[in-house]
Amino acid sequence: MKRRTLMKATALALSLGMVSGAALAQDDKVVIGVSIPSATHGFMGGLNWHAQDTITRLGEAYPNIEFVLSTAGDAAKQVNDIEDMMATRNIDGLVVLPFESEPLTAPVAAVKDAGKFVTVVDRGLSQEGIEDLYVAGDNAAFGRVAGQYFRDNLEAGSKIVVLRGIPTTLDNERVEAFQAALEGSDVEILDMQHGNWNRDDAFTVMQDYLSKYPEIDAVWAADDDMAIGVLEAISAAGRNEEMWVIGGAGMKEIVQRIMDKDPQLPVNVTYPPALISSAIEMTALNFVSNAPMTGRFIIGSQLITPENAENFFYPDSPF
Amino acid sequence: MKRIDLHLLGPLVALIALVILGALLNSAFLAPANITNVLARSAFIGIIAVGMTFVITAGGLDLSVGSMAAFLAGVTIIAMNAALPGVGENWGTILIGMGVAILGGIIAGTVNGLLITKARIEPFIVTLGTMGIFRSLVTWLADGGTLSLEYGLRTLYRPVYYGGIGWITWPIIVFAIVAILGEWTMRHSRFGRHVEAIGSNDRVARYSAIDVNRVKLLTYLLLGLLVGLATVLYVPRLGSASGSTGVLWELEAIAAVIIGGTALKGGRGRVWGTVIGVLILSLIDNILNLADLVSPYLNGAIQGVIIVLAVVLQREKRTAEER
Repeated sequence: MKRRTLMKATALALSLGMVSGAALAQDDKVVIGVSIPSATHGFMGGLNWHAQDTITRLGEAYPNIEFVLSTAGDAAKQVNDIEDMMATRNIDGLVVLPFESEPLTAPVAAVKDAGKFVTVVDRGLSQEGIEDLYVAGDNAAFGRVAGQYFRDNLEAGSKIVVLRGIPTTLDNERVEAFQAALEGSDVEILDMQHGNWNRDDAFTVMQDYLSKYPEIDAVWAADDDMAIGVLEAISAAGRNEEMWVIGGAGMKEIVQRIMDKDPQLPVNVTYPPALISSAIEMTALNFVSNAPMTGRFIIGSQLITPENAENFFYPDSPF
Repeated sequence: MKRIDLHLLGPLVALIALVILGALLNSAFLAPANITNVLARSAFIGIIAVGMTFVITAGGLDLSVGSMAAFLAGVTIIAMNAALPGVGENWGTILIGMGVAILGGIIAGTVNGLLITKARIEPFIVTLGTMGIFRSLVTWLADGGTLSLEYGLRTLYRPVYYGGIGWITWPIIVFAIVAILGEWTMRHSRFGRHVEAIGSNDRVARYSAIDVNRVKLLTYLLLGLLVGLATVLYVPRLGSASGSTGVLWELEAIAAVIIGGTALKGGRGRVWGTVIGVLILSLIDNILNLADLVSPYLNGAIQGVIIVLAVVLQREKRTAEER
């Protein structure tokens, strides 16, 4: 599926290149490699979709740019992919969302040493100064914006529970910022357990929270996949009226319910999977324009409210 | 009482100890709502683990069940969504979905079984392969995202997971029936005796005029059928399936079978032990969530220790007896 779309995009780029003809000499051809984790959960599914969408669009817009997309299920496979891109496709630029920081640092540094343009997305490498361009969401803001909302919208003495993601530095940054935003308020965090950004795990954890705590006023599910599991557990326990839930990342089903003013889902915090599009687009611009494209580009986390929800709704995306 | 019963009761003693521990740590533990939650949650793995008991007892192994469940859930959802315009929003559509899940499970199990018995490939390799295939297929079907059941159908289908007779919900009832039938089949049917015979020594079984390949194939078919049944109960819970559905279910099912006293090398199957193994695994999770005993980072470690301990206890008793 992925490969097919890609081949179509490449074929299209090639044929357009031939049609538009002489203006583009053969050695003007630019190859950009894109290496991202495979679609194992909702957010990554969205990210994969946006990556393919952007590649198709840019392939039409810039016939002289060719894209090579690969998705990897683990860090080792991703290292192989990048090495293959270097060896067989002779890439000029690399857009990489590292599966893990540590194992990818040396291979990406090797790409940079070969004189290629390197864009690192979302998860930083463990060594600074390798990449030309860094594009990422703001994990601290993701936690802070959510924490602020809880602080402003809960009465003193309210009790909340938190579901955490897979234990990673990314999750820690979010949770620390969330706690910092609540510091000094009278909102009490009853419990924080890992729901692993997974619907089923979140469902189980929330069921146990509901058995354990007779009073819960709000839930920070911290991710929309987890929010779905949480909402199901709450409704099975018949406690819908008692608490509201804040997810995160802007899944279309959740954004839809915010648009519909669902009292159980008042707002959401963005962490857009489309950040991969920004990264690919900026990397492409580096080759086709004179606009400077190096540095750090941090995409803020915004609050999705019923008023602005429409701007965050992508009905075609799987996420 | 015969002496042999002592070590047979090992898993049961562990289960009772866990229940007492849970009740002491949190009074909410024994509330009917919590018991319903834990039992209903155990039902998916439990139903699969009963089938796994037969496969392992016959000397086989199936690593593909978690991915198979995810794949079947995906196909079931697609089938129901597709049937919706024609059949309408009624139980007919849901029955079609259930049929697809069960039939799909039988086909998937048969494919595993045929590759193992006819093509003579190691079960570990065959099911490792199909594990990857099913997992990729569901991710591909969902286009990397999540397959969701139409809202109206979900509302209709929901009671299959959440409803039941009083607080005993349907998954618990189905799990109980599967466990009882499984125990009966293993103990009292010819099929069960053949399964144990093949697991202890398949050459001797072949000389005793047992159709070894047919019985082995049937164990995989039965497991596929039960994975389909688990899917029928799983889909109404969240009404969705994605690439992250059913991850590691195969290992939980295998762990439950081994904790329950079935030998991993085959030849000795205990369905009721498997049921206890499943309950032990779910209870550990539940107690860790309810009790704040340790940092959540260590939950996996606690589970690991208990799994190993449960098996070690059985083994020591067994060797003592053999001496």
